[in-house]
Amino acid sequence: MVIATIAFYLFAAVTVAAATMVIASRNPVHSVLFLILAFFSSAGLFVLMGAEFLAMILVIVYVGAVAVLFLFVVMMLDINFVELRQGFLQYLPVGGLVGLILLVELFLIIGGWVSAPQASQVAATPIVEGVTNTRAIGQVLYTKYIYLFQVAGLILLVAMIGAIVLTLRHRPGVRRQSSMQQLGRRRDQAVELKKVKPGQGV
Amino acid sequence: MDALLRDYLPIIIFLGIAIGLAGVMIGLPFIAAKLKPDTEKLSAYECGFDPFSDSRKQFDVRFYLVAILFIIFDLEVAFLFPWAVTLGENGVYGFWSMMAFLGVLTIGFIYEWNKGALEWE
Repeated sequence: MVIATIAFYLFAAVTVAAATMVIASRNPVHSVLFLILAFFSSAGLFVLMGAEFLAMILVIVYVGAVAVLFLFVVMMLDINFVELRQGFLQYLPVGGLVGLILLVELFLIIGGWVSAPQASQVAATPIVEGVTNTRAIGQVLYTKYIYLFQVAGLILLVAMIGAIVLTLRHRPGVRRQSSMQQLGRRRDQAVELKKVKPGQGV
Repeated sequence: MDALLRDYLPIIIFLGIAIGLAGVMIGLPFIAAKLKPDTEKLSAYECGFDPFSDSRKQFDVRFYLVAILFIIFDLEVAFLFPWAVTLGENGVYGFWSMMAFLGVLTIGFIYEWNKGALEWE
């Protein structure tokens, strides 16, 4: 259990430090790399809480895919590193408001924890002994929460169609391979036989 | 809970060894090796040339499209794991619930195929 405590403080410290570096580092590409580190260490925190499945999904989906996506966005934006600093005061009110709301929510959680320490144990779903994490999710997700599950599918569909509509541009004048056309070609369309008499040419 | 964390102990040890080894490999040259920094050591070698522009220039947006389509199917696969584990308990209802989910995403897949979003030109 001592190792678990040490690991918790290590992962938590790395998460907070990496998250600070995400907003503090000058180069956006370095920010994204620190974001990947923050994802990794929060996956470690999930494992320490017993949420194995979420930890693995965090590594697969967030580190693997979303971080790549962030890198693409950073590289597509053509960011001028000098100009990036200038908008700081302009976005300060909005950013400050969001930060303030998050701070209030944090204090609400801490306040609830101080005033009623036993409430969190009631609200939390107990981890059933002998049932793995993945199985526990599977037991409720596809039957009890079927509507939410189907809505998740619809949201993914909307994301897919939205990405295609927004970014797909067909360049004119590009000759693409059409396998249907290739396979549908018959011999009489492709080859013409001509009788050539000797000594006359075509 | 304790048993679960005990399963992860080798990973923690492995992580510690990896970080320690990497730290030693980076730190050792500063202690052991002779350091004689010179600007000529960093310059382009022989017939190499200095880069003409920043390597982080703008990309084509099609890379982004491929990446986001990958993420969507990645998430779809992530939903399949708990379903596969509990298929025996959930029975027919759970099976068809996943089939409906896959059907919705297959509609999107047919759409992107027909639009030519998967072709590279």
